[in-house]
Amino acid sequence: MVNVMDLPEEEFIYPGTRACAGCGMALIYRIALKALGAKTLITVPASCLTVLHGMQGFCSTKISVYHTPFATTGASASGILASLEDKGLEDEITVLAFAGDGGTTDIGIQALSGAAERETNFIYACYDNEAYMNTGVQRSGSTPLGVKTTTTPEGKLVHKKNMPKILEAHGIPYVATGIASYPLDLYEKFKKARDIHGSKYFHILSPCPPGWGYEPKDTILIGRLAVQTGFWILYEVENGILKLSRASSRYLDPSKRKPIEDYLMAQKRFSQMTQQEIEVYKTYINDMWADINRRIQNQD
Amino acid sequence: MTDSKKDYQKILGSVQKPVIGEAGKTGTWSSKKPIIDLSKCTPVKSGKPSCFNCWLYCPEAVVSRTIPPQIDLEHCKGCGICMEECPVKAITMEEVKSE
Ligand SMILES: Cc1ncc(C[n+]2csc(CCOP(=O)(O)OP(=O)(O)O)c2C)c(N)n1
Ligand code: SF4
Ligand code: SF4
Ligand code: SF4
Ligand SMILES: [Mg+2]
Repeated sequence: MVNVMDLPEEEFIYPGTRACAGCGMALIYRIALKALGAKTLITVPASCLTVLHGMQGFCSTKISVYHTPFATTGASASGILASLEDKGLEDEITVLAFAGDGGTTDIGIQALSGAAERETNFIYACYDNEAYMNTGVQRSGSTPLGVKTTTTPEGKLVHKKNMPKILEAHGIPYVATGIASYPLDLYEKFKKARDIHGSKYFHILSPCPPGWGYEPKDTILIGRLAVQTGFWILYEVENGILKLSRASSRYLDPSKRKPIEDYLMAQKRFSQMTQQEIEVYKTYINDMWADINRRIQNQD
Repeated sequence: MTDSKKDYQKILGSVQKPVIGEAGKTGTWSSKKPIIDLSKCTPVKSGKPSCFNCWLYCPEAVVSRTIPPQIDLEHCKGCGICMEECPVKAITMEEVKSE
C-alpha cells in the first residue's frame, strides 16, 4: 500500500489554472501525472480539461498535450503511438488519453473502441463528472438517473452507462475504476497500468462543485459518500480477474453501506427526486453489487 | 497555397510555454484563505514527515510537502478542501486581504 511520502514531490501541473475551485478533475489529473511521470504524451478532446490547459501562447502543464477534436481521442492515441513506434520510442514514452464522460461514453466511444480493438498500447482515462460540464451541464450517457441538467430539467429518466464493463468486453488487459477522493488508490492503479502492455482503461468519478451543486470544500467528502453508500465501486480487472479495491471491499456487505439518501441529498442536482426514484436507486445499487459478488465467487 | 500550408503547420506545431498562473493570480478568486495553526499540525509537532493531507488533496498543487507546509496564497483558490481534510483541524479559512 502506498503512503503519501511515496508520491513524487514534483508537480506536472502548475498552480493558477482555469479549473474551478475544488475541481475533482484537477486533482485526478494531478495525481495521474505524478504516477506516470514526465515521459508521457497526452491527448485531450474538448472538455473542461482543455480549458485547464489554458489559451494560445501559454499552458499549465509541463507535459506535452495534443488537443484533439471531440470524437477522435482513441484514434489520436493510436496515431501518436504509431509515430512513436516509427521513431523507436514506444517503450520509453507512455501515451495517455484523458477525456470527459461526454467525450468517452457518447461522442468518442467508437474511436475508443477502435483503439482497444487495435490493442493500442496506451492508457485511456475518463474523468466522469456525469454531464457535459464545459458547455453548461447537459446530460451525457454517463449522467445518473434523476439528475437535473439543462437538457433533463425534470431529472434524467434512465441510468448511466456502465462504461468500464463495455471496455472489459474488448478483452483488454486492465480496467480500473477510481475517484478523486482516494488519491493514493488512483496513484497505485496508474503506476500499475503504466507497466502493462496493451490498452488500459480508467473510469474515474470526478465530483464537480458547480455541476453537482455542493460547496467546493466538499469535493472529497461527496466522493467518499459515493463509495460509502455503494453507488461508486472501486475495483480493478486484470486479465479478466476482478478485485475489489481496499476502500470498497467492506461494502460488499450491504449492512456496512451508508443510506443512499446521504449521497443524493447532499447535492442539488438530485434535489427533485421522488421517494419512488430513491427506491429505484436502492435496487440499482444492490444489483450492481450482486453482479460483482457473483463474479468474485465464480473466479476462485 | 504554399504559404497557407506553412501557416497551418505553424499553428499545428505551435509550442505553448508552461507557466505558473496561466489563468492569472487565481488567489483573487476568493477572499477566504487557509491559515494553518502550526501548533496543531502533526508533522510540525513531531518534526517528522507525516500526514500531509493538505498537500495530497489540494487540486491546485499550491501546498508544499514540507515542515511546516506552506501555501502559495497568490494562486490558492480558497476551495477549503485542505481545511476539510486536515485530520487535526489545524486549518481554518480566514478573510485575507489580497495586496
Ligand atoms: C464536435 C464538437 N461538438 C461539440 C463541441 C462543444 N463542446 C466542447 S466541450 C463539450 C462538453 C464536454 O463534456 P465532457 O466530455 O463530459 O467533458 P466536461 O466538459 O464535462 O469536462 C462540448 C459539448 C465541440 N467542441 N466539438
Ligand atoms: S465545471 Fe466541474 S469539472 Fe469543469 S472545471 Fe469546474 S469543477 Fe472542474
Ligand atoms: S483552499 Fe483549496 S486551493 Fe487553497 S490550499 Fe486549500 S485545498 Fe489548495
Ligand atoms: S493536513 Fe493538517 S496536520 Fe496534516 S500536514 Fe496539513 S496542516 Fe498539518
Ligand atoms: Mg463531463
